[in-house]
Amino acid sequence: MIQNKTQSKNNKAYFFLAPALIIMLVGLFYPIGYSIYTSFFDWRLGMPLSDAKFTAFDNYIWLLNDPDILNAFRVTFKFSMIVVIIELVLGVALALLLDKKIKGISILRTIFIMPMMIAPIVVGLMWQYLYNAQFGIFNKMLVFLGLEPIGWLSSDKWALFSVILSDIWQWTPFIFILAIASLQSLPQSMIEAARIDGATEWQIIRFIKLPLMIPVIIIAGLLRLIDSLKIFEVIYIMTGGGPAGSTEVVSMAIYNQAFIDFELGRSAALSNLFLGSLMILSVIFFIIIKIRLHKKSARQEIHHAAS
Amino acid sequence: MLFAQDYQQFKNTQLIVNFPSHPHYDIAMDLLPEFTQKTGIKVKVDQLEYQAMRAKQALELTKPKGDYDLIAYVVTSRPDYIEMDKLYPLKPFFDNPKLAMQNYNKKDLIKAYVDNIGLQGKLYGLPFGAETSILGYRSDILEKYNMQPPKNYTDLLKQACFLHNKEKNIAGITSRGASGHHLTHAFLLHLAPMGGRVLDKNMKPILNNAAGIKAAEYLKKLLECAPIGVEAFRFGEMKNAFLQGKSVFFLDSTIIAGEVSDPKKSKIINKIKWLPHPKGVKNASQTGGFGLAIPKNGRHPQAAFLLMQWLTSPEIDTRIALMGGNPSRYTTHYDKNVLQKYPHMKIFGNALKNADPDWRPIIPEWNAMNKKIGTELSKAILGQKSIPQALDDAAFALKKILAKAGYYDSK
Repeated sequence: MIQNKTQSKNNKAYFFLAPALIIMLVGLFYPIGYSIYTSFFDWRLGMPLSDAKFTAFDNYIWLLNDPDILNAFRVTFKFSMIVVIIELVLGVALALLLDKKIKGISILRTIFIMPMMIAPIVVGLMWQYLYNAQFGIFNKMLVFLGLEPIGWLSSDKWALFSVILSDIWQWTPFIFILAIASLQSLPQSMIEAARIDGATEWQIIRFIKLPLMIPVIIIAGLLRLIDSLKIFEVIYIMTGGGPAGSTEVVSMAIYNQAFIDFELGRSAALSNLFLGSLMILSVIFFIIIKIRLHKKSARQEIHHAAS
Repeated sequence: MLFAQDYQQFKNTQLIVNFPSHPHYDIAMDLLPEFTQKTGIKVKVDQLEYQAMRAKQALELTKPKGDYDLIAYVVTSRPDYIEMDKLYPLKPFFDNPKLAMQNYNKKDLIKAYVDNIGLQGKLYGLPFGAETSILGYRSDILEKYNMQPPKNYTDLLKQACFLHNKEKNIAGITSRGASGHHLTHAFLLHLAPMGGRVLDKNMKPILNNAAGIKAAEYLKKLLECAPIGVEAFRFGEMKNAFLQGKSVFFLDSTIIAGEVSDPKKSKIINKIKWLPHPKGVKNASQTGGFGLAIPKNGRHPQAAFLLMQWLTSPEIDTRIALMGGNPSRYTTHYDKNVLQKYPHMKIFGNALKNADPDWRPIIPEWNAMNKKIGTELSKAILGQKSIPQALDDAAFALKKILAKAGYYDSK
């Protein structure tokens, strides 16, 4: 009797889950499957897929032997690692600083999140003008200070830094709003108790606020990591991937393979390689976090047992 | 008379055309209401940045029913579209007495432009916004130093670098320098006059031979006498540096000439003189730019032909030239009214006699090759590798692309 009831409950659940599952199958697995399928063909834009020659792993071999593609992977991961770490540190620090009941704080918070609302194309153009070697404000300031102007977007030593700076400007607010939301939901009783016990502000942040914010910080970091790995528009506008491929990210290489070279099969293969590496990276990220949390809870258990 | 026949048969037809964001096309767009008035054909323009057109057009052309009735295409896209069988050959339209303009005079269209832009076995496109390369210089600055205008490539480099060091806030020469297409373009600007080619007759890369190395070394020296940030200059930045008075010399497309006299865009009005592209071991100016073609999946090919024919007709060619655009006809370069307003047009007409339609290979693989050459050269310009090494690496990559495309065995 009980078994029948459970079975009926399960059926209902499956029934209600079915539409979401179907949408996921069609919307997610079909394009991925199609992308994997087409990556085995020498398929050029304008040619029906039925006319394309099956070339097995040729597209993958070509890509893995292309130094420009390997460089694009290097640039992408370097860019993402740097921006995510800096944005996390800055975003959380800003949230901690602005988590106060002072006059005009809500206006300040709104101003902080404004960059995030601007379309990436506009961000790209805006920073391109700021960085302009002849007319841009940055070089004007350098010259005013008696320094040599810099080719911000034209030097292989500065271009990636310049792009990173614009990304930090735009996306630190994302971490900031998540961090501040998390801060405001922390149990005040715990913080008050710590204060009564004589804890300093830094000790409250170090031992109460930050540990409680960790789950939100992890999710925010993961979201930014995935998003930053897919960056395209801002770099497309600002540097076009140059100079000498120093800012060419994988998304741009995928676009170039498809719409400059017209190599759709190869573009699909590159997308799959990228998706695969993103998945591996996300899994590694989760495993590291899980191990750290596990170690931490084990330490806490030992601590409790000892006391 | 523009239209001898009754073109009102297409009255109320709505054409959708794809034009680049380019000074020549901006002028053409100002004339479109007149076309509508004469024919009753309405024209809606989808204007895009010229490097973004290829991706959009490629997708549009593969649809069973496309949105575009007429496209302006960059010359390097020509082989792709034709090999995809996506464009109408134009002969049947010109042979149709109901459509063809009697005084069109096809032979007056500049041959180097037609060969370069429209011809691939048959005629598929007409030059519109086509360009050749020209040397512009600040006559006021040369006069200040009692210098004669450069007669050849050696003079140009010497003068550009001399003035670069002498003049405050003005560089010697402006150039394209951005990695990829733009740097390749700058390199090829010098390669043909210095006796080089990208490929030999057997489609083997030869850009890394002595002439190629000489052209790349010349470009590198020239960029040292260009404005700061030149390594990121695309066409727009290069052009604006000259228009804003930030360089003495300009060696690139003729399209800038109209803007030089426009007070809204130029700070160098009445300060510029023009010369044909300098001679290296030979005279060889570039040809390129845009053409107009009719997609096979367009909805109104006949009405689109009328617009194409009207825009490239002798009368409109002259009017566009008078408004600062690039003429595509020989006669326009020597037209009395045009010469009165733009005396340099005669120099441009003469320069076209040396125009080289084969300065770059126009094959479907060119865009991939273009990017590879430009990326390798960028590494050489930034000092990451030597010029011979960069050209060898580019040649190796080109050979791989061409072998894969079936031109020959990679071994």
